[in-house]
Amino acid sequence: MTKNYDIAIIGGGIMGCATALHLAEAGMSVILLEKDDIGQGASGVNAGTLSLQIKRVKLMPYALKGHHEWQKMGDKVGFVKTGGYTLAFNQREAKLLEERMTLKREAGANIEFVSPQILFENEPNISKKVMAVSYCADDGYANSSLTGQYYRNLLNHSSVDYLEQNQIVKIDHSDKGFSVHTESQQYKAKRLLLACGGWMKQAAALLDVDLPIQARVNTVSVTERSPTLISNVIGHATGLLTMKQKANGSILIGGGWQGTGSPNEGRGKVHAQTLIPNIQLAQYALPALSALRIIRSWTGFEANVPDFYPLAGALGNIANAYILGCVRGGFTIGPYISKLMGDYILGNELELPLFNPNRQFTETGK
Amino acid sequence: MSDFDLIIIGAGAAGSHAALEAAKAGAKILMLDEQAEAGGQVWRAKSPSIISAPKTPETIAGDKLRSDLKSNNILHIANARVWQIEKNNDDLWNIGYLNNGQLHNATCKAIIAATGAQERVIPVVGAQLPGVIGLAAATALFKQHLTIPGKQTIVAGCGPLLIFTAYEILRLGGKITAIVSLNSKTDWAKASINMMARPDLLLRGAGWLAKIAAARTPIYWQSTITEIIGDTHIDSVNISRVDANWSSVSQGRKTNIKADSLCMGHGLNPAIEATKLADATHIYTPELGGWHVKTDDFGRTDKVGLFAAGDNAGIYGAGAAPYRGKLAAIAVLQFLKLANAENTDRLVARMKSAAKFGLATTKLTVLRAGMIKNTQQTAIICRCETVSRQQLEIEISSGALSPNAIKSGTRCGMGPCGGRYCSDVVALINQTISGKTRQQIGLATHRPPLRPLPISAIAQNFDYDDLPIPAPAPL
Ligand SMILES: Cc1cc2nc3c(=O)[nH]c(=O)nc-3n(C[C@H](O)[C@H](O)[C@H](O)COP(=O)(O)OP(=O)(O)OC[C@H]3O[C@@H](n4cnc5c(N)ncnc54)[C@H](O)[C@@H]3O)c2cc1C
Ligand SMILES: Cc1cc2nc3c(=O)[nH]c(=O)nc-3n(C[C@H](O)[C@H](O)[C@H](O)COP(=O)(O)OP(=O)(O)OC[C@H]3O[C@@H](n4cnc5c(N)ncnc54)[C@H](O)[C@@H]3O)c2cc1C
Repeated sequence: MTKNYDIAIIGGGIMGCATALHLAEAGMSVILLEKDDIGQGASGVNAGTLSLQIKRVKLMPYALKGHHEWQKMGDKVGFVKTGGYTLAFNQREAKLLEERMTLKREAGANIEFVSPQILFENEPNISKKVMAVSYCADDGYANSSLTGQYYRNLLNHSSVDYLEQNQIVKIDHSDKGFSVHTESQQYKAKRLLLACGGWMKQAAALLDVDLPIQARVNTVSVTERSPTLISNVIGHATGLLTMKQKANGSILIGGGWQGTGSPNEGRGKVHAQTLIPNIQLAQYALPALSALRIIRSWTGFEANVPDFYPLAGALGNIANAYILGCVRGGFTIGPYISKLMGDYILGNELELPLFNPNRQFTETGK
Repeated sequence: MSDFDLIIIGAGAAGSHAALEAAKAGAKILMLDEQAEAGGQVWRAKSPSIISAPKTPETIAGDKLRSDLKSNNILHIANARVWQIEKNNDDLWNIGYLNNGQLHNATCKAIIAATGAQERVIPVVGAQLPGVIGLAAATALFKQHLTIPGKQTIVAGCGPLLIFTAYEILRLGGKITAIVSLNSKTDWAKASINMMARPDLLLRGAGWLAKIAAARTPIYWQSTITEIIGDTHIDSVNISRVDANWSSVSQGRKTNIKADSLCMGHGLNPAIEATKLADATHIYTPELGGWHVKTDDFGRTDKVGLFAAGDNAGIYGAGAAPYRGKLAAIAVLQFLKLANAENTDRLVARMKSAAKFGLATTKLTVLRAGMIKNTQQTAIICRCETVSRQQLEIEISSGALSPNAIKSGTRCGMGPCGGRYCSDVVALINQTISGKTRQQIGLATHRPPLRPLPISAIAQNFDYDDLPIPAPAPL
């Protein structure tokens, strides 16, 4: 007889791993199935920015809690609290900055407006063309490359059974529970959690659930090592630039510029036409970048639904099926929302509400 | 509309001959190479500062090739580094390259990747010390600058480059303290049977050996460098005999030899970054240098419009490379409908016959299973990021089995070289722990830029207001 697990979790990114660990700690028997490697999807290739200034207003309470989790994870994930500046270069951006940061401050983020003079004193290499600036002392970053190593080590020391290089290609369910299939094996469980990141639409389709999920193809680049040029996380009023200098001296440049490709066809591709303006924007903010070289650019898939809020809760009308994903800023929020998800599955009281996956989705342009 | 019918990446033996062949049918061709002149590794041009130098068969052939390219009106842009390859919406290839400190972009219907090979070095403790260079890297020094690596040089490793390097150092007036050859005399005797395919080259090789013998250079057959000793620069090396699997059998006994320089190399790996970036299928064939892009005799890959020729499609060697270039050009002309199918049997036969010599020499460099045992726990595997064998073993033992996972956890391969020089060694170490085959282990994801990209080239002459900044992220 094959083992009947309390829960099968599909997807070994932050969401899947953190939920698995939380449930195992509470005594559930858990099997986690990952098609590639633990923490090599979005969770292992993202820009690592833990910046409250780029979090959505409604998600701020989750991001604040997420910050707390990252702080606890500490050195093992390369966590550093550096503080962060967000820059505006013209009137339009200054207005946008003012509007947005005011709302984010009201939502609980420790954001203040500072004079460009203060910025230039603390970050002498930033362009003097900055017109308006906001600052958040809590901003920082973690090293997303270490996500896989971090969670794999925790999983090794937990009761979770995890299998890498095992893609789920078929899911059966009956009133007894679920049977999830790889090409060659099947595993049984009473409950099921989909935590498939950018591949969520395809995974939900295995249960005949059609969700309006799209995958974005975000680009990140890294420079060679350099003497210190910046010491805070740097952002842009539009949210389309993130920049930080890592402890080893390399500078990571992100901002969600779109590459090409889709989750059905491999890993997504860097697109010169968006990479170039991404780097130009970075260089405009930090002119000294001109002395450095980009040594690698890459992409990762990030899923979203039209309202850009998470899918976190019970899936469709299938008993004991759950879904967790599409979390904007999911690196920051992931470790916390996964605990909430675990609590929800365990039937515990929730500290903050989750996001009903069966809601009506309305477009959010802004 | 595309800018070119064909873009050739690499102007070595394979790329240049592909260009000459394709030009015959009037294809509009662009050939890009990061070197200052066409010729690639074997037919490398001398640095312009060298006025006169003794002629060798390679310099003569190289000079002829360069003049042929000019007279055929082939657009060859030198000092052009290809950093990006993409397929655009019109099903054309988009090639991004860097030239004169500026970014350029060109589109084409077909690509021939002729990017050649790169050196493989299996490191031991001390291999990162100044004074230690690769065997192939040393040959590039001689060919371009006529300089030698030091005053007292040890030459170590396997395959023909070992003998060639030793000979060249002697010819240029240097002193060889020792030749340390993994291959045994019997290996060479066996190889020379297949090398009979090119008696001229075999004879030249014999000439090199005669020169080496005349200089009374000690040769340690079936031996390897086990440690490189020195504080800030190489001072000496320890050598040891190896068994038939190339694993050291010194059992504590050491032969220490003084030297101020060491040229060490263990064969060549196909340079696959470009074809990986273009998403072609690659296969692992030890006898062809390891991972290489999969092609037929005509250089057709499984990607429409992507062709490959030369050592990047398997180390068949310099002799076969021109034929492989021509065959790929013929396939491209058919693909472009610029030529009808012609009888190519003779060309294929010639290519195969020329490849015999190259395959025999590549065979001498196929790594044997015991080789990786000589690499100590403290040996540095990734030089860009200073990652030791021990760090890798801890990561792999914890369950990080894929190249991507190992890279993420240890930074091995995250530096400027992008893992080009260490990925083979990491996979060998992985095998000793996981027992997986090289095919099962696979390769890390290849990402642009193919070469480090100066931000000064990207961020030139742009107007902030013209940046196509998308709509702000949702609030
Ligand atoms: C390039 C990039 C930059 C980003 N930058 C930031 C940032 O700076 N700050 C921030 O807070 N957030 C950032 N994000 C968002 C954040 O990375 C993601 O929200 C978060 O990592 C999502 O975690 P996940 O576990 O849901 O998804 P993933 O990490 O993608 O994990 C999903 C896993 O499911 C596996 N899987 C999918 N289908 C199957 C199947 N059928 N069978 C088995 N396994 C399957 C996948 O292989 C994958 O490992 C960024 C995202 C990207 C892509
Ligand atoms: C360092 C070295 C030394 C060698 N010495 C010898 C020798 O002495 N004798 C011998 O028989 N064999 C030698 N070999 C093997 C020899 O290189 C090949 O057998 C032969 O050159 C194959 O020809 P090819 O056209 O495939 O590649 P190559 O001659 O190597 O030509 C490839 C060309 O592609 C260019 N290129 C690659 N990537 C890019 C890019 N991204 N952008 C622009 N240009 C690019 C390179 O600059 C190079 O000129 C050597 C190999 C190496 C690596």
